[in-house]
Amino acid sequence: MIGRQSVAFDEPPVITARASVAGKKEGDGPLGKLFDEVVDDPMAGQNTWEEAESTLQEKVVGHLLDKAKVSENDIRYILSGDLLGQLIASSFGLAKYNIPYFGLFGACSTMGEGMALGSMLVAGGCADRVIAVTSSHFASAEKQFRFPLEYGNQRPLSATWTVTGSGGVILEKAVGNNAAFSGKVCIKGVTTGKIVDYGVKDSFNMGASMAPACADMIYANLKDFGVDADYYDRIFTGDLGYVGQRILIDLLKEKGVNISDVHADCGMIIFDQNTQDTHAGGSGCGCAAATLCSYILRKLEEGEFKRVLFAPTGALMSTVSYNEGMSIPGIAHGIVLERIV
Amino acid sequence: MKDKQTRTQERIEKRNERYNDYVEHITPKHSCLKNCAKAFVVGGIICTVGQGLMNLYMLWNDKETAAAWTTLTLVLISVILTALNIYPSITKWGGAGSLVPITGFANSVAAPAIEFKKEGFVFGIGCKIFTIAGPVILYGILMSWVLGIIYWILIFAGVIA
Repeated sequence: MIGRQSVAFDEPPVITARASVAGKKEGDGPLGKLFDEVVDDPMAGQNTWEEAESTLQEKVVGHLLDKAKVSENDIRYILSGDLLGQLIASSFGLAKYNIPYFGLFGACSTMGEGMALGSMLVAGGCADRVIAVTSSHFASAEKQFRFPLEYGNQRPLSATWTVTGSGGVILEKAVGNNAAFSGKVCIKGVTTGKIVDYGVKDSFNMGASMAPACADMIYANLKDFGVDADYYDRIFTGDLGYVGQRILIDLLKEKGVNISDVHADCGMIIFDQNTQDTHAGGSGCGCAAATLCSYILRKLEEGEFKRVLFAPTGALMSTVSYNEGMSIPGIAHGIVLERIV
Repeated sequence: MKDKQTRTQERIEKRNERYNDYVEHITPKHSCLKNCAKAFVVGGIICTVGQGLMNLYMLWNDKETAAAWTTLTLVLISVILTALNIYPSITKWGGAGSLVPITGFANSVAAPAIEFKKEGFVFGIGCKIFTIAGPVILYGILMSWVLGIIYWILIFAGVIA
């Protein structure tokens, strides 16, 4: 434990496998070639949007097991969550695997929550190998949170586009000599975010509702670890988008921290704003997860980045709380990723 | 103690207010003038089509029957365009121009019917078909009832003959 809300691991868990599956729109985007699989059929061969989303998670876990050359019996726990009510995408997608399961809800920050808890389980000696996975689907999210797909409406420019995709990692205890893991990525530490509510009520401006929580978490991370922003080669936030990014940078500037040189946002990376009509950027659990598992971890493995703060962000709301006039609190979790040399 | 709590509360409210003003200021918005112009074009086209249909139907009907047929045809066209997933693109460009006419209303009923069919004919389509149009129907009927009463009172008072 360090500082108020962070953990630095003595034996950092290693990410031994990563996998990402995405939909067609994401496949056509800037990261298209990096995904392990692009599912062109929005229904993924299923009958409903919810089943389609489950299929994405199922596929990611399948890819993970193949890549790590392990069987489902070698996985101690699986930590997963999604945006749908009662986490049905996760429970129906993962049922077939017979792996002890923890269901998590952290809205779009779920990948961070899963990796934080997973790495604590591994580093704490409660598990030797765990999977953290999450997913989102544009159509199932629209159906639950907004309007039926065929309904015509105009999206505000601050609105984000829910990513159809899923990403997952296998976290493992590093046993034996370090050379075996050279070129892999480990989790040096985590910073657990607090629920931060600045009273934003516009559900079409998620970036604004999540940015204060993200700023709070990043500030805490730098303080707890006793480092400056340039300690990281990049700070990747989850899905703040173009509006949220500006707010985040401004909020941290007020606190005397300048991250504008190192900041990037998964929601701005996964789509091309100019050609894909996604307005403020991508969002959803799958946005940060798929970007991490296709792009960020690859860049770390290739050595382009040495150390990265992965900070997925979530808006903690439901249609009920929104209709009842409640504001939208945000959350963000920080995962310190480092290349093993 | 209580004073301290109230003061903290006030400070948070002030902070939130300042933050929301700042967010409002930096959030990009659609151009209102451009949107109005597009709505005018799309709404105008839909109404012109309606007028064309009306004139056509009046060739062999009286005005009232022709109006009913016009409404039915517009609704049918809208439902077909919804089923083909074309209507959302029209609204995305035309905004209120295609939301306000009866075609928009038809779209708002047809879209949930398609989406929620998977949840069954009773709990899916049955319960959720009016999730968007419901408020319009409910308050439309309520308003016509209120206006009816006012109309009746005015007649009763001799203001209207």
